[in-house]
Amino acid sequence: MTATRDKFGRPVVVVTGMGVVTSLGSGKTDNWTRLTAGESGIRTITRFPTDGLKTTMAGTIDFVPVEPFSSTDLSERLADIATEEAIAQSAIGSKGDFPGPLFLAVAPVEVEWPQRQELGRAIGQSLQTDVNYDAILRVSGGGRYTQYHRRFLFGSVADHLAETFGTKGSPISLSTACASGASAIQLGVEAIRRGEADAALCVATDGSVNPEALVRFSLLSALSTQNDPPQAAVRPFSKNRDGFVMAEGAGTLVLESYEAATARGAKILGIVAGCGELADSFHRTRSSPDGKPIIGCVRNALSDAGVVADQIDYINAHGTGTPENDKMEYLGISTVFGERAKQIPVSSNKSMVGHTLSAAGAVEAIFSLLTLEHQRIPPTINYDVPDPAIPFDVVPNKARDARVTAVMSNSFGFGGQNATLILTREPV
Amino acid sequence: MIETKPSSPGSTEVWITGIGLATSLGEGLNANWDALNQRRINVDEKNFAPYIVHPWAQVNLDAQIPKKGDQRQMEAWQRIGTYAAGLALDSAGVKGNQEILGRMDMIVAAGGGERDLAVDSNILNLEARGNSAPGFLNERLMNDLRPTLFLAQLSNLLAGNIAIVHGVTGSSRTFMGEEAAGVDAARIALARIAAGQSDIALIGGSQNGERKDLLVLYEFGDFNLKDRFAPVWARQTSAGFALGSAGAFLVIESRAHAEARGAKPYARLTNVVADLAHRKHPGEVTATLEKLWSKLGKLDDNGAIITGATGAEPVTSEERAFLSGHPDFAVRATGTMFGHTMETQFPLGLALAALSISRGALFPPNDSTGLEIEMSKPPSQIVVVGAGHWRGEGMALVEAIR
Repeated sequence: MTATRDKFGRPVVVVTGMGVVTSLGSGKTDNWTRLTAGESGIRTITRFPTDGLKTTMAGTIDFVPVEPFSSTDLSERLADIATEEAIAQSAIGSKGDFPGPLFLAVAPVEVEWPQRQELGRAIGQSLQTDVNYDAILRVSGGGRYTQYHRRFLFGSVADHLAETFGTKGSPISLSTACASGASAIQLGVEAIRRGEADAALCVATDGSVNPEALVRFSLLSALSTQNDPPQAAVRPFSKNRDGFVMAEGAGTLVLESYEAATARGAKILGIVAGCGELADSFHRTRSSPDGKPIIGCVRNALSDAGVVADQIDYINAHGTGTPENDKMEYLGISTVFGERAKQIPVSSNKSMVGHTLSAAGAVEAIFSLLTLEHQRIPPTINYDVPDPAIPFDVVPNKARDARVTAVMSNSFGFGGQNATLILTREPV
Repeated sequence: MIETKPSSPGSTEVWITGIGLATSLGEGLNANWDALNQRRINVDEKNFAPYIVHPWAQVNLDAQIPKKGDQRQMEAWQRIGTYAAGLALDSAGVKGNQEILGRMDMIVAAGGGERDLAVDSNILNLEARGNSAPGFLNERLMNDLRPTLFLAQLSNLLAGNIAIVHGVTGSSRTFMGEEAAGVDAARIALARIAAGQSDIALIGGSQNGERKDLLVLYEFGDFNLKDRFAPVWARQTSAGFALGSAGAFLVIESRAHAEARGAKPYARLTNVVADLAHRKHPGEVTATLEKLWSKLGKLDDNGAIITGATGAEPVTSEERAFLSGHPDFAVRATGTMFGHTMETQFPLGLALAALSISRGALFPPNDSTGLEIEMSKPPSQIVVVGAGHWRGEGMALVEAIR
């Protein structure tokens, strides 16, 4: 393990710090313990009334209090927690002085219902007229709600993180929908490979479980309605799967060039060997039926890493549990991996933590790196009725010890977003 | 503060080979160029009074978004952006070229979150009349929200629509974060091409300024220009910005890639730099802009600056202090003519810089304060400046190719 450059002559990019928070708990230790025990973090929603909703469960994070609640405030708190853990492990820089740029995957920010209702009440008190947006505008100015301008700018979470952790330069907030977490890592990898930075802070966070967000996905028929028991709702690759389950979480990775990491004696947790992406132009919410964009994305990642499919020995699937995704993911993987698609372990962390949306790509990259570290593959739980059309070895219901040297982690999202990461123990 | 290192010197030269503009002044390069030269400004002081917005100049959408079904699946900001992106691809001569579009990278700077105003208003009214049962909000949202509205609210669905309508699929990335998102879209796309990580990219953004829900967000901070229109530099006593409506996209590519396909450049994109001043003390933005200026590369005397100055305070005064240190530069504020288009303002500035260089002239001043001076010679370098109304500073150097 001496080469500081990969076979393409680029700096090798390593991970020296990781932090994670999901509905299973806070920190790598708790998450890994519960993940490999096959526990579910999905629960009945208590944050707000669920009367009238078809889906009443989610992977909410209720142990991080945010009052009054907004999804953006929770996203920010979760990002703080994950980032503190990652930077502490990495021991890079000094407190409040991270020596590199920030790439943040974050859900689109918007004014939420509690704030809108506050304005509605203010109109009732001061204007005594019907509520419309003209009336809302009349009560919005004058300094009474200045904090909501700061809070609901799209860049607000990144500004906070940049200031708190002292990242350098202009922080980037990005959205590639459910692939955002992987895209944040990819941007960090690219910056280090270009030689612009020796280190990058890649953060992905999502605290989106609020009534309107749930309704939006529900109206697109994307969510599971198997509410009882909530722990059994997410059924990736099963014949009786009926949708994904919204969940909250955050993941942070400290990336460094191999050279910089070894020069300061940092412990190397794994390698980000390759990243691939390819957009799908078929439909706003559906994959091209021929699977070509997914296939191309996976091939791009393999090629970027300079490896072939045979070298991958575990696939951390996107595995949302929607009828469409799991079918298309099988088509993509089986096309690239051929007959091996039936033998290679393919499991879905989302069966346990739910779909952490903007955070998923980073959360699952961290779980992939923990899989490499512990040589143990987390299961796909709730796998009781196999789908004969998806003959994957999904590591059903129980974690499994295995020799794992290279992991592929997939992320796909609305808007034709596809991203794949290749993670390894040693430089390839 | 440790700087992140700039891209390696002597790296690949990057050309701007396509420009797409669909703004409040019109569609296409000629319409916008003519309007600038006639000092024409399109503002609506009535329909959003007391707020002032720059309405989008309507176009025949079918020309760039042929399927009505696609048009219906978008809200206005996405239609504007998808339209302008199509113009940029046309301008670069790559429209319909599947071989190139299939490997073209895309970075879109986007906001999002467009609301259904009637749905929101109805719910708040019913709540004011005592409908407060648990689940009332759920029930109304389940019944009243259009399922497709979500797709118009998601920031990454402008890029998604561009992929669907125009077939740009090499990669699709969406940056958020107001003005800085536009700077970083250009910065990252340039860095990737310069380093050989990409050959050709589509970058840009769009905004629909005719949105009361957007006005609300900025009204929280008292940022909206009210009552009477004034040029950006003449707003010290009534600070603020008038939201603009525009789509601005550029195709940028390595010189080798452009030459191989016989593409003609408008200009060279030499450098894009950005930073984040925390703006806790007076003078931080001025100092940050001066620092970015020093990183652009060698600048000739008597050049030109196209700035996205917003008219918001204190940042506009900080920028004015920076500009006063470079009095021989001819300054043009796009905010006066186009309004403030937020994520799109920096790509708009890049587009106008490349257009000016290709036309061999800087467009005339449009300013009552005397800050903007005439420029008689053809510009060979134009510095594009963007200082966000609340956060984010960026700068680019656009140069003539001799």
